[in-house]
Amino acid sequence: MKLGSAFDEMNGNRDGIRGAYRAYEEWLRGTPIELLIERHQQADLIFRRLGITFSVYGSEEGVERLIPFDIIPRILDPEEWRIVGSGVCQRVRAINAFLDDIYHEQHILKAGRIPAPLVLNNPSFRPEVLGLDLPRRTYVQVAGVDVVRVSANEFYVLEDNVRVPSGVSYMLENRETMMRIFPELFALQSVAPVNHYPELLLRTLRSTTPPGVSDPTVVVLTPGHFNSAYFEHAFLAMQMGVELVEGQDLFVEDDTVFMRTTEGPRRVDVIYRRIDDDFIDPLAFDAGSLLGVPGLLSVVRNGRVALANAIGTGIADDKAIYCFVPDMIDFYLGEKPILNNVPTYRCSIDDDRAYVLDHLEELVVKEVGGSGGYGMLVGPMSTAEDRYTFRQKIDAEPDNFIAQPTLNLSTCPTLVDGKIAPRHVDLRPYVLTGETTQVVPGGLTRVALREGSLVVNSSQGGGTKDTWVLEC
Amino acid sequence: MRLTIEHETHYRFGEPAHHSVQYLRLTPRPDPCQSLIGWHVSTPGKCKRWTDGFGNTAHVSVQNGMHDELPVIVRGEVETLDTFGVLPAEDGLPPLMFLRPTTYTKVNEAIEAFATPFIERMRDEGPIATLHALMWSLHTQVAYKPGFTDVDSTAAEALEHGFGVCQDHAHLFIACCRVLGLPARYVSGYLLSRNGESGTLASHAWAETYVEDLGWVSFDPTNNQCATDAYVRLAVAFDYAGACPIRGVRKGGGTEEMTVRVAVAPNHQQ
Repeated sequence: MKLGSAFDEMNGNRDGIRGAYRAYEEWLRGTPIELLIERHQQADLIFRRLGITFSVYGSEEGVERLIPFDIIPRILDPEEWRIVGSGVCQRVRAINAFLDDIYHEQHILKAGRIPAPLVLNNPSFRPEVLGLDLPRRTYVQVAGVDVVRVSANEFYVLEDNVRVPSGVSYMLENRETMMRIFPELFALQSVAPVNHYPELLLRTLRSTTPPGVSDPTVVVLTPGHFNSAYFEHAFLAMQMGVELVEGQDLFVEDDTVFMRTTEGPRRVDVIYRRIDDDFIDPLAFDAGSLLGVPGLLSVVRNGRVALANAIGTGIADDKAIYCFVPDMIDFYLGEKPILNNVPTYRCSIDDDRAYVLDHLEELVVKEVGGSGGYGMLVGPMSTAEDRYTFRQKIDAEPDNFIAQPTLNLSTCPTLVDGKIAPRHVDLRPYVLTGETTQVVPGGLTRVALREGSLVVNSSQGGGTKDTWVLEC
Repeated sequence: MRLTIEHETHYRFGEPAHHSVQYLRLTPRPDPCQSLIGWHVSTPGKCKRWTDGFGNTAHVSVQNGMHDELPVIVRGEVETLDTFGVLPAEDGLPPLMFLRPTTYTKVNEAIEAFATPFIERMRDEGPIATLHALMWSLHTQVAYKPGFTDVDSTAAEALEHGFGVCQDHAHLFIACCRVLGLPARYVSGYLLSRNGESGTLASHAWAETYVEDLGWVSFDPTNNQCATDAYVRLAVAFDYAGACPIRGVRKGGGTEEMTVRVAVAPNHQQ
């Protein structure tokens, strides 16, 4: 794949500077590269001081790493953002309706719009929440939808991430850092703020409180400091002004979840949990887990505590179910999808699998339940050996794999080794659902720092950028 | 038939525990084949009722403070109907869901080999006759004999041993049904034994299979029969893990010793 053929966020198809970048590019042209390098080092220092690190699973050399930050922003104009912002909100509205439906009447299955076995026999479909009525019928309070761009007007959604999406702390810290090291840029033009995210998140969490509670107590539940996103859990709790707790800090009694505090037990009404379903209650799920709270499911089912996100949301971002999000938008909202779905081949279907095995060099192959860029094959970048391995895997467990055409993600100018060069990017806006479904302008732009690489995950050597949405 | 049930489970710990939480699935389900006359579940801790995702009536029992024993006492009376082993499919649980393999009910090569001949049989004789034949075959292949398997044993292990208890029989039957492409689920409950004896045998488990146009049909491979009004249904789930009468965790407590007494008796005073 030729890198030069990608659409560039600043230069388009090398046909002139794009509208959103006009002011920035002019500034960049007048700024010596040495200054950029110096500011970049400053930014690094700020992140180090803040202690913003992440852990990489399966890496031998130590756990904590600094996530690389790039100082050249990704900029969207108001019209571009209107499409992306309304598009991700539309998907999340449809997904919430879908979840409420499949855990109740299952109209969409009865109508034959989604094959019933694909949902019902999926391990991510949780009978534990069947028939459970949630406040505002909201299952997904927080989503982080991965969007990529391939041309001026074409945006695709890669994944909806409605389990426990992470990364929003980088969105916030990236902006704060940019405002500190480049105050002059924010005077040049009006950039939509993002710093109200924690406040919106808290309001969202409080709005899904169980009925009958007037002044809800919200907590952030973390698996602990060994988790790769522990920094973020602590950061969000601090920003919202709520307690950060681990499973052992909570207990169930009298149909209520309590938090141990120095002043005695305190009732908890909403748990922003950053622990997967499997580990949330050892009496209902993985019995060996010490991360969760024994008895929690009984309080959830009695409607006396709310979880964000709810148990069982994983079914909606299973990669085989992903194919049907456009159908959900039509079925529940009666709307046309604003953002495109990537055409997806399901290896469980014979014809699809035959096609995939014949075209491994062109396709991206993913595990249906995978995330974080682990266990995927990027065909155009793969070796014959990689492809051989995946051929074996697909043959052994066809249901476990899907494949998609390799999208030529847009690039964005990035400071690499003292020079500015194009690198592929994606965008993860964070969508909140409480009283309404809303999104903070922008999100987290992830950038693949290796030349030509299309994998933006931080666990795979990706970095991040500040994302600007210009105000009209 | 009106049945009186007493079910006492006593846990004794090697050293004191200071926090215990248990899910109890010890109350008959609100199914059309049974109605409660009176039912009481009690533990020394605080006990709250809830309904799990499978529609089972459950309790969550929490005990704080040092305790070195934990009794769970159930007393009740239930009126059962003989529905000839068949229950309607409309119980809020989509049957297709019960095609899902679990750790307990995973099909291995031996199970597949055991169940495969029944596929052809089903084509010729239909599902009901085939499932009865399957039940008989399991009944003879895996003899009822405690001590060879434990609560963590899988269907595959039971078949390999050739011995098992009702839990293993039910798991194995469910696994075989999946080879036949039929949804099947685990039922835990009580059984009034024919000669009126009581003991742990009265605490029972069996399987039921979804047969199209008919509903859920029960099969008890341990006794080679379908459920009658001698059966009381406590819980249904994919397997033992979701339906087991008591599932608990505790902090402290060291080793654990459990004694169970179950008595199921017909009540003729009506």
